[in-house]
Amino acid sequence: MRVAVVTFPGSNCDYDLYKAAQQVGAEATFVWHRERGLDGYDAVLLPGGFSYGDYLRAGAIARMSPVMEDVIEFARTGAPVIGICNGFQILCEAGLLPGVLVRNASLLFAGKDVRLRVERADTLFTGDYEPGQILRVPIAHGEGNYEADEATLKHLEDEGHVVFRYVDAEGEATDAANPNGSWHNIAGIINDNGNVLGMMPHPERAMEELLGSTDGIGVFTSLAASLSAVGS
Amino acid sequence: MSTVDEAVTETLVAPRPGDPEITPELVADHGLSVEEYERILDLMGRQLTFTELGVFSAMWSEHCGYKNSKRLLRLLPTEAPWVIQGPGENAGVIDVGEGYALAFKIESHNHPSAVEPYQGAATGVGGILRDIFTMGARPVAVLDSLRFGDLDSGRVRYLFGGVVAGVGDYGNCIGVPNIGGEVVFDRGYEGNPIVNAMCLGLMKTEELITASAAGVGNPLMTVGARTGRDGIHGATFASEELSEDADESSRPQVQVGDPFTEKLLLEASLELIASGAITGIQDMGAAGITSSASEMAGRAGNGVEIDMALVPVREQGMTPYEILLSESQERMLVVAEKGREHEVVSILEKWELEAKVIGQVTDDGRFRVLEGGVTVADILALPLTDGCPTYEREGVEGEDIKLLRETDLSEHMLPRGNLTGLFRKLLGSPNIASKRWVYHQYDTTVRTATAVRPGGDAGVIRIRGTSKAVAATTDCNGRFVYLQPRTGAMIAVAEAARNLVCVGAQPTAITNNLNFGNPLKAHIYYQFREAVLGMKEACEAFETPVTGGNVSFYNETDGVAIYPTPVIGMVGVIDDASKIVGQAFQTEGDDIVLLGENTDELGGSEYLYVTARLVAGAPPSLDLGKERALQQAVLMMTHGRHLRSARDCSDGGLACTLAECALGDGEAPIGISVELDDDLPPVAVLFAESQGRIVISCAADQTVHVLRIAKEHGVPAAKIGSVTTGGSPFRIVMPEGKMEADLVEMADAYFGALPRIMDAPSTAGA
Repeated sequence: MRVAVVTFPGSNCDYDLYKAAQQVGAEATFVWHRERGLDGYDAVLLPGGFSYGDYLRAGAIARMSPVMEDVIEFARTGAPVIGICNGFQILCEAGLLPGVLVRNASLLFAGKDVRLRVERADTLFTGDYEPGQILRVPIAHGEGNYEADEATLKHLEDEGHVVFRYVDAEGEATDAANPNGSWHNIAGIINDNGNVLGMMPHPERAMEELLGSTDGIGVFTSLAASLSAVGS
Repeated sequence: MSTVDEAVTETLVAPRPGDPEITPELVADHGLSVEEYERILDLMGRQLTFTELGVFSAMWSEHCGYKNSKRLLRLLPTEAPWVIQGPGENAGVIDVGEGYALAFKIESHNHPSAVEPYQGAATGVGGILRDIFTMGARPVAVLDSLRFGDLDSGRVRYLFGGVVAGVGDYGNCIGVPNIGGEVVFDRGYEGNPIVNAMCLGLMKTEELITASAAGVGNPLMTVGARTGRDGIHGATFASEELSEDADESSRPQVQVGDPFTEKLLLEASLELIASGAITGIQDMGAAGITSSASEMAGRAGNGVEIDMALVPVREQGMTPYEILLSESQERMLVVAEKGREHEVVSILEKWELEAKVIGQVTDDGRFRVLEGGVTVADILALPLTDGCPTYEREGVEGEDIKLLRETDLSEHMLPRGNLTGLFRKLLGSPNIASKRWVYHQYDTTVRTATAVRPGGDAGVIRIRGTSKAVAATTDCNGRFVYLQPRTGAMIAVAEAARNLVCVGAQPTAITNNLNFGNPLKAHIYYQFREAVLGMKEACEAFETPVTGGNVSFYNETDGVAIYPTPVIGMVGVIDDASKIVGQAFQTEGDDIVLLGENTDELGGSEYLYVTARLVAGAPPSLDLGKERALQQAVLMMTHGRHLRSARDCSDGGLACTLAECALGDGEAPIGISVELDDDLPPVAVLFAESQGRIVISCAADQTVHVLRIAKEHGVPAAKIGSVTTGGSPFRIVMPEGKMEADLVEMADAYFGALPRIMDAPSTAGA
């Protein structure tokens, strides 16, 4: 599996994502935001961070980077794209995913572990999880409050495009378990074609017991498995 | 002005049209004494220009010149086989093995934070990050050591909230995890908060680069942000007391941070260093271009010539004086290899930043400043950077402190109310309560290396590709230092070391941030001298040399000084990261063992502050030999994998320490049943902050090993109880009483306190 990790000015989880991809056996390459062409890659990863300092609005400037035209084209071919944290924000700004991420309801940055419920275990990115499985994964964001209009939300729910939801230890999507005020406790979604995933939590930070959790590995092993299934 | 003396200098320096005339008042406004000014005139052999006066005022300020601290600081131990870089550079560096070196340093931003908490704290983080990456190291962790007045004031809540947001936003944006620190609330910091930030950076040993201007003819380049009018005279501002009206009038002296530019500058700098196109690099921190250029010249024994007309500026009409003294953030000065300037420019361009040649290294040892080719300042570099007069002053202990220390505390041994109620009150005191409200605003896990996050004794960062990790902590109990500076400073070092061994790290070196009042006052100088002597003694005992740090004097508001607060930032090395232990009790049936002895030393305790608003008595005694033995024993226990948890016993005493172990991160609090046989009043057993104690837990079959290791080290140790279940109470039985508390109520007091307090409105006004 050859994956591109796109780096924008201000990305700061690019290295973590690069290492996570390597951990599951991928050949990872950093792609600077001014570079053009994503031919030859099997998947594209947009890392977290503060592209352009989150000035104007998180992801709003990065989506105008030259490489984003190629990312949009790459996604149109049906190839897998994952955006994590700031990457999710950029995907929404670029129109590859519906909705928007606004300031956390608390108005404070939130950096801690949360629990996620796997809502869909049959996507390109979640095949190695069990449906309803509960994951412990860190979040670290100030603008992770997912919002969309009623019709979009209904569509997401009806079509099963909500992939991860914030839940408590018992697996209930309560207000107390919602770290940022996201509607319907939404933590991660996929697009209509099922090849673009955006999520606020950081699975790449939950890859080792030493660091507190290995629950994030599944996202990367699932992707690798999906790609090798396509390739075979 | 004077024509006679011009022959003495090498260049003609005429007064610049439009600059003010130098009068005794103007000299005084620049913070220079009459004697200091005369010394400067002697050095120069002629009258100064206004620009030169500005340069001297910055370089000979307390902040840059260390004039009231240098002589005492020379007493501190600075060497050990593992020290690669001691004091005098941007940061200290130690060897951590397997080809890796750790750069680390702590720095204060107290004055700016008192005036503009968000920007003051943010730029404090920015500055310390630059000190680390200018050594060639990638910043891998920050810690913040914060002190405020009591939170019942809306103004204090405003300062606290603003500082935390500033620390968080800057570090989060750059992508450096925050791994710990401390937050203290006490009326002793009411008008003058303490904001100290520490940073750790890792590099391969061969990547080390220093800040010196080597190679005559090499170009000097400014890199990064443009120079504006912000922060002019910040260094001098930091060397004065705050007055009540400092608020508004001092705002222009506070810099404004841009973490996005800093992130780009960080990446560009590391790329520059790796390229080999530069020979030296230094942050433009306090006193901006002036200090970076003159210090780089001084270190190399060379001179520099820089032209202010070449410096990229943000606004028109800036004078050389303003450009030289601006503290605009996110700027660096680099010395490039002659002929490779274009490489520097192209690396900076990739990161969407500017690099511009503003001068060159010379061989005449002079700091020469031009404005469009016309000389406006011409000073010998070495006396400018190293010639600041230093003073050793008279220090006399304040009579009031002697009396306070001798306060009879026996009446406080009788609890005022029932023990459980007092215990819950202590757990909910902002000093003891969980600081989650703070560190949940920080990114603690970015860079995927944080093995121990904030909330425990020390934070830990693993070194990828090795089995190693580095640990860091910041510590100081200002009340103890206030009541007895020498013992208090020793305790600060001892507690830092104790915190490190609790996570399994060998204490290795320290950086210190010495926050004090006005050193010209005899009782303040006494505190400073005693604290330095205490620190020296303790650092020698623990073999933790000082590799650098920062002195912050004049922490006074309207003549009242803060508690003397020598913050110790200590780092340690863990050879096998799989042996790290946490602080929380883990498993039902585990034994709880107390290492060290309980005493009835209640002086300076949080118990006295919470129950009687009292800061009095003598701080607890400290025996460095016993402390060292205790720490060695705990390290041996971790190495042998005998422990399930280890926790330093400090603020709030044994009861609060046991509570923190029982509550853990709040996910699964667990009960305990403890029985103590000390023949002491229950208040002392539960809440005295006696030194030299660590609470550990271990599987029942390991207790024999734990007790044996303790005995071999001559450390008193006793099994005091066991871990029970989540549904059981928290129970401590003593000869003269018992205390039982409900875990749910304890968790509510401990975790709920800060969020409840910070829900109340805050106000920028007093």
